[in-house]
Amino acid sequence: MSGDEEDVPPGRTLEGGQLVDHRDGRDVVLKLRGVRTQFGDHVVHDKLDLDVFRGEVVGLVGGSGTGKSVLLRTILGLNPLRAGKIELLGTDTRSVHGRAERQLLSHIGVQFQDGALFSSLSVADNIILPIREHAGLDEGLMQSIAALKVALVGLPPDTGDKKPSELSGGMRKRASLARALALDPDMLFLDEPTAGLDPIGASHYDELIGQLRQSLGLTVLMVTHDLDSLHAVCDRIAVLLDKRVVVGTMEEMLAYDHPWVREYFHGPRGRAALKQA
Amino acid sequence: MLEVGGTWTVFSLRGLQQRLDKARRAGAGGAAKGPHAVDATNVKRLDTTGALEILQLAGGAEAEVATGEKEHAELFEVVKANMVQPAAPRHVDFLAHWLGELGHDLVDLGKQIVSLCAFFGEIIVIFVEAFVSPKRFRIGAVVQQMFEVWVKALLIVGVLCFLIGVVIAYQGVQQLRQFGAETFTVEAVGIGMFRELGVLLTAIIVAGRSGSAFTAQIGTMQVNQEIDAMRTIGLNPIEWLVLPRILALVLSMPLLAFWGNMTGLLGGAVACTVYLDFTFVQFFDRLRDTVGIWHFYTGMIKAPVFGFIIAAIGCFEGLQVKGSAESVGQLTTRSVVESIFCVIVLDAVFSIIFLLANV
Repeated sequence: MSGDEEDVPPGRTLEGGQLVDHRDGRDVVLKLRGVRTQFGDHVVHDKLDLDVFRGEVVGLVGGSGTGKSVLLRTILGLNPLRAGKIELLGTDTRSVHGRAERQLLSHIGVQFQDGALFSSLSVADNIILPIREHAGLDEGLMQSIAALKVALVGLPPDTGDKKPSELSGGMRKRASLARALALDPDMLFLDEPTAGLDPIGASHYDELIGQLRQSLGLTVLMVTHDLDSLHAVCDRIAVLLDKRVVVGTMEEMLAYDHPWVREYFHGPRGRAALKQA
Repeated sequence: MLEVGGTWTVFSLRGLQQRLDKARRAGAGGAAKGPHAVDATNVKRLDTTGALEILQLAGGAEAEVATGEKEHAELFEVVKANMVQPAAPRHVDFLAHWLGELGHDLVDLGKQIVSLCAFFGEIIVIFVEAFVSPKRFRIGAVVQQMFEVWVKALLIVGVLCFLIGVVIAYQGVQQLRQFGAETFTVEAVGIGMFRELGVLLTAIIVAGRSGSAFTAQIGTMQVNQEIDAMRTIGLNPIEWLVLPRILALVLSMPLLAFWGNMTGLLGGAVACTVYLDFTFVQFFDRLRDTVGIWHFYTGMIKAPVFGFIIAAIGCFEGLQVKGSAESVGQLTTRSVVESIFCVIVLDAVFSIIFLLANV
């Protein structure tokens, strides 16, 4: 047993759940330490560590019911944090209140799974709302920002005037991304962004995320099951296993020895995506 | 040539327009129309909003931009590729707009009437069919709904009717005492409760708590496409959702109205013992001797009709929900307003009928 660290099965990782250190001197934009999420007696995450570095795209995967969306919600403060510490953009999220909290929230963007657009506002007003609230620019400029973001996420120009209920599911996702991008956030959280998009739309989406990451220095944490997305845009992959995460590049994951990881990345779909990539 | 520098981000641009306008009025820049070349080598921080504003100042997406950093150049390219002029707001003539709205409303009203007729038709068809195969009455669902609309409403109906009974008795005593006729308070409470107040008050409470719940439940199911799912599985939403609710409320309303009448009388009796030195026995003796049974029947006849109207409107409006949470809210409001309106109109109609029938 003693001294043979190589044989210790899954669970033994470096700082922040990493298999191999990829920090490379970058800032840690999101830092989770010992995070525990619990609903009643049901423990979803326990002693979970995760680091996300500036400028990278991390894909969060895991089997159904392992709490991917729950983890996202915990990071965003929508679930109570039972134990541990979450640092977002260098700020401890437990201790931040009032003005500072608003400031922090204006530097992150979130795209929810089904869009979560405000149904009483048009798409353009949905995009303008955070800008008006946090930056307060001229009406004319805000309108052109909204039009820009609508075009940026690949929606036709007349979408801005429509109500969310008039859009298809895929369009709602894009509109929701446009709202998440409204303030050019430092960090973007995406919940299943390409689920339900057609393959062309999904690969455009991946390109868009890659492009924005390049030009805006965006850091992205995305929950996804799209293996093509994982190949195309994700620098590292965080896998939720046994209430914790293990993070690594695609190569490291392919070599990682855990039944679920093996099945996920070496299964027929995993192989097909790998072949394309 | 336009030179820009410093920080151009969404948080730094507040008030820029005013400062620019001021500078323009003071005679700075802006001689040549059309795209200017931009020198953005001194820009420190940039985001899409900043890039957009710079390009707009430079006169559009065609402007040549010289940048210091590769990221900035990329950002300008992204923004240039996606810049669109927001459509100018269209000017619409006031009268045309008003006429348009009126037309829309009229067409909507027409559609509403047609779908209401279809809805009632469907209910009747399912109801008749259910007599042929009684399992289609969905007794389980009816019982479950009755628990919601009857048992759970007992407390609130009881309390409110009791209080109204007390109030009427108190007012009766006060007013009738002037004529030395305060013992007629018993008739005031009895007839008032039996004929109108018991059933009307119950109907209004039920419209507020159950009619609205029907609309919100069915409306939310509509938003979640549950109703569509039911149809594809071959379950008729009228049979599964609407009919049980209507039956439950038609059965529950008389029961609730009876309960309301009784607690109202109790309230009246309590008030009379306090203000009139009546005993309970005296109160109920006088009630038996002076208030005819038909006063009670008239109220009870109205109850199931009110129940039907409230349930039907609640379910109908729920099925009208389209798309969004906002629509659920609007239609829930409409369902409550419409059902209370219909209940009161019907109450007036019943009064006329009873008047003609001399009961």
